[in-house]
Amino acid sequence: MKPYDIVIIGGGAGGVAALKSAYDESLRILLIERDKTLGGILKQCIHNGFGLHHYKEELTGPEYAERGIREIEGLGADVLVDTTVMDVNKENGRFSINVINTDKGAFTLESKAVILSSGCYERTSGAIQLPGDRPAGIMPAGSAQRYLNIDGYLVGRKVFILGSGDIGLIMARRMRLEGADVLGVAELMPHSNGLTRNIVQCLHDFDIPLYLSHTVTDIRGESVLEGITISEVDEQFNAIEGSEKHFEVDTLLLSVGLIPDIGMFDSLKFDISPKTNGAIVDHTYQTSIEGLFACGNALHVHDLVDFVTEEATKAGKQAKDYILKNKKRSHNTIDLTPKGNISYLLPQKLDMGDAFEEVTVSFRTTTNAMTGKFHVYQGDTLLFTKKAKFIVPAEMEKLTIKRDQLINKDPINIEFEVINV
Amino acid sequence: MKKDMICIVCPVGCHLTIDTETLKTDNNKCKRGERYAEKELLNPTRMLTSTVKINSVHQRRMPIKTTDAIPKDRLFDLMKMLDDVDLKVPVRIGHKILTNVFDTGVDVVASMSLEQ
Repeated sequence: MKPYDIVIIGGGAGGVAALKSAYDESLRILLIERDKTLGGILKQCIHNGFGLHHYKEELTGPEYAERGIREIEGLGADVLVDTTVMDVNKENGRFSINVINTDKGAFTLESKAVILSSGCYERTSGAIQLPGDRPAGIMPAGSAQRYLNIDGYLVGRKVFILGSGDIGLIMARRMRLEGADVLGVAELMPHSNGLTRNIVQCLHDFDIPLYLSHTVTDIRGESVLEGITISEVDEQFNAIEGSEKHFEVDTLLLSVGLIPDIGMFDSLKFDISPKTNGAIVDHTYQTSIEGLFACGNALHVHDLVDFVTEEATKAGKQAKDYILKNKKRSHNTIDLTPKGNISYLLPQKLDMGDAFEEVTVSFRTTTNAMTGKFHVYQGDTLLFTKKAKFIVPAEMEKLTIKRDQLINKDPINIEFEVINV
Repeated sequence: MKKDMICIVCPVGCHLTIDTETLKTDNNKCKRGERYAEKELLNPTRMLTSTVKINSVHQRRMPIKTTDAIPKDRLFDLMKMLDDVDLKVPVRIGHKILTNVFDTGVDVVASMSLEQ
């Protein structure tokens, strides 16, 4: 089979946007999706609040997905659904991609460039060391969301939720509306990770209690879940004796974090950031392997799909230029590294051999603040400062660095100074 | 009587109180908090998103939304009405499933297209 120029792995919001911007009549492009239809996680996110940045209107998840899919229909790119990528390797400058398709079986595709947009997966009970028994009835909130919104199964009648991220809050309301009794949401931290809007409209509207600084300290049930115990925790997150509260529940939903889903690309052995659990990329979204690009939740977990679309659009354009303009990377790079109160920066490198004028850096803080300042340094020199308002770790921040602001080859750091908490 | 609320108009999220008789608000940092609290007290409304039954080969539920916010105390009534909906493919995005619910002028529409 004739090799492709670009293969995009994952047909969610990222892959669809990457295809739109990578497309060129002269290129052979393929989009691979493991589900039967495109759209990714948006299909089960039936609530609204999507699209305010990208489409300037409020859409539900399925509506946002459908708009993107319409934009790539009729382009003439190949789309392969019901196809799972098993393994990707690179030999002699070509990627070989081993896939399994429901009808065609297992086969191998070749491509000059690959874009990883395979999304993320949820941390499970195994990853957070839950105490007590191991009955059925404990599952990630997103899995319960899929069972309910796509397959039509309500996973339980008496529900408790661990973790107050937006997925947990949205599922609290959703399960309640469908007739389940939602007894509460426990959050280990002293503040919720969710939007205030979701605290009000998902919990307060339905009188669902939020237990801050609490965690699950016991799970009971022989074959199915019968009950849980939560306890208050001290500043070191140790359970405080005597603070136990017991709940009779048949379901415990977990909303305790997301991780880029890139395990199927292990044999490529590209450099991975311990902070994002995704690939380390330069400002062209190219990983440590030439011709391998990454974007969306497979690169770092986003809170807004609008930013996934924006990032994937850039990655797609870069992959197109890589093939059409035969762009080679230089080894003349500048590192971007986080400093005080910043957890990570993305991209992690600038390729100075590329003729860019400016680069947008995405990052997250480690602390909340009403007002603060972002300081951008190169080596010991302060390049510039940007004021910031209403900063929370759950919301990704961005700032733009212009090439002509750079003074030397030293690493660039960003620091967050808190002014008012 | 005083009622506590969290204003969701902007990211500050003021924890304000409103007097249920005089409608006077306290602890809000700006005017928008007054309007939010008054609306929340006298006529709170919400958008509803949910799913209804459909005979698609791809999925057993069709996601739906209200075209505008409806009175908050009718959310469970509308959920009950949605139980009786049984859609047949093909359905296009925006297809009206229920019209003018509770005489609010608000419709319930499909959030995606399912051709088969």
